[in-house]
Amino acid sequence: MSAVLPTTSALPGLAPARSESTWVGAWRRFRSNRVGLWSLVVVGGFALLMLLSAFGWVASDWGAERAVANAPPTFLGPAPPPVASVAVAPSGPPLDLSAVDPLAPRYREWAERAAQLATTEPTKLQTLPFGADRLGRDVLAKAVKGTQISVFVGVLAALVATLIGTVLGALGGFFGGKVGDLLEWLYNVFTAIPAILLIFAFAAVAGRGVQSVVLILGLTGWTGIYRLIRAEFLKHAVRDYVRAAEAVGASAAARIFRHILPNVSHVILVQLSILVVGFIKAEVILSYLGLGVSVDQVSWGTMLAEAQGELILGYWWQLVAATTFMAVFVTAFSLMTDAMRDALDPKLRGLE
Amino acid sequence: MTAYLIRRLWQMVPTLIGVVLLVFVLFKQFGGDPAEILGGLNASPEQVDAIREQLGLNQPWWVQLGIFAKQIVTFDWGRSWATNESVANLFATRLPATLTVMTPILLLDALLAIPFALLVAYVRGSLTDRSIMIVTTVALSISFLVYVIVGQYFFAFRLGWFPVQGWSDSLLTNLTVYVPLPVLLAVLVGVAPQTRLYRTFFLDEIGQDYVRTARAKGLGEPRILLTHVMRNALIPILTNLAVALPGIFVGSFLIEVFFSIPGLGREVLLAVNRSDYPVIQAVTIYLAVITMVVNLATDVLYKVVDPRVVLK
Repeated sequence: MSAVLPTTSALPGLAPARSESTWVGAWRRFRSNRVGLWSLVVVGGFALLMLLSAFGWVASDWGAERAVANAPPTFLGPAPPPVASVAVAPSGPPLDLSAVDPLAPRYREWAERAAQLATTEPTKLQTLPFGADRLGRDVLAKAVKGTQISVFVGVLAALVATLIGTVLGALGGFFGGKVGDLLEWLYNVFTAIPAILLIFAFAAVAGRGVQSVVLILGLTGWTGIYRLIRAEFLKHAVRDYVRAAEAVGASAAARIFRHILPNVSHVILVQLSILVVGFIKAEVILSYLGLGVSVDQVSWGTMLAEAQGELILGYWWQLVAATTFMAVFVTAFSLMTDAMRDALDPKLRGLE
Repeated sequence: MTAYLIRRLWQMVPTLIGVVLLVFVLFKQFGGDPAEILGGLNASPEQVDAIREQLGLNQPWWVQLGIFAKQIVTFDWGRSWATNESVANLFATRLPATLTVMTPILLLDALLAIPFALLVAYVRGSLTDRSIMIVTTVALSISFLVYVIVGQYFFAFRLGWFPVQGWSDSLLTNLTVYVPLPVLLAVLVGVAPQTRLYRTFFLDEIGQDYVRTARAKGLGEPRILLTHVMRNALIPILTNLAVALPGIFVGSFLIEVFFSIPGLGREVLLAVNRSDYPVIQAVTIYLAVITMVVNLATDVLYKVVDPRVVLK
């Protein structure tokens, strides 16, 4: 047979001996989608930025005081000096309070001790490319670091939720019966509580920090993917190829993970990326409310929380920076997901 | 019908038990020690022990589960740990504010999104359709937070059209003075995704054979769209609205936080920040019950909308 193959495939006009795999076909369809390709490029760029910032090559000094407080973006020019205060400086010799000031005897001692400590006064810039926040930190560096944290949390939480949903869905759909009923019950319980309350209830006991957010979102967000994977497994479990595998002695685990799972992996991938977008938005809101990342970290949500107060004072740059980064990334990621779904699941094309 | 209702209600029991167990295990196993939270930082070990005794925390877990179940059934959750206000009173005083804000939002969302979606679905594939889809995709990628921050700053602080935040005791004042801005912002943000979703439902129906038949027998477009297509597309739309309906009780907590509306959503958030377990537990369990009842009501409504549906 193998001796015949080269000659047949060499013949012009004949179909290739091997039909293209799902993934090759999906990639071919994806490539023909210009919007999808561009969004992939943008998402790739963000991924690169995240890697650089994760390894500390960019934005590692986001917490440093780089400029004067609320320094405006460069194109606006330095902020005008504050209007001179109306208080008139007192004239005459300074009042001697040492008789009534209880701290007076210690001032000299403190001044001497302070002189022994070496302090460096950083040169504070008047402007930064994207401006500075209340503490003089570079907004651009914060936005880059915030991207790393927000996207990392979103992706990791989506992976957790997908893992839970896939495993439970596979077990429920494949075995049915008692196991299926138990998992259906669990699903009903989790969906009976409105999502936001479920998140709050988990947040109330989980504490703060990146791991907590990942756990909260992952443990509460698995229901949708469970439902879909369960339906897929119900469908596939009775198909001929699975029964054939059973007939030649493949174990249940082998049938689930080696035979059926690759056939539903496109559903998992699409659901995973839909979850990423949702979880990034959820992380932003949780962090804004103070239920998300801890105070020594920066995410888009904490940036927005700070920006709210700054906006009233006219310092709009942090709001714009966080919003722009988030909007560009989430738009690109959503468009990529749409293109991916179209490429992987041609039946669904044009539905939305 | 009665038999159907009874069976559905009966089926809720295991789910409800599950919800109670979930909340119980979550707070019992992973939450902090209630006695230490209640006692505060300065409590002596004797005080902590006394609180533990009072709450029954020294009892075996099944007794505690019994206490928990009794609280649920008798609607007696005791008092909030943070404010000492009774939880029942908290519900009664916070819910009206939430409903005052959420009812207009839900109604306006649906009333605007349905005609928009029908219109967009009707002109599908055209430039209008595509630009609306692109605009909604971009608009959706911006966090809801940004809309509220900017909207509050621009409309209330800069232009002064609305008060920045506030609440009063009179329903009329609330509706005319304090509610319009939150509702406006929530609807502005909420209409886009709903339009996108409903457009899909309408598109599914517009491609059906019965639409072609209706056109073939010479019906006018308005009648085809409003009578035939609408009625069929209403089923998934109803489902979607039903999913959103329980949210009306807990409210858009973000809206309530931003505009200082003394509603249930803000209260839950405060409770989470203060580790005020009784409030969170009570809200979670009762909202779950409401959600299940609303889902049942939706299923019954299907029957009204679509006579083909058989309730079994």
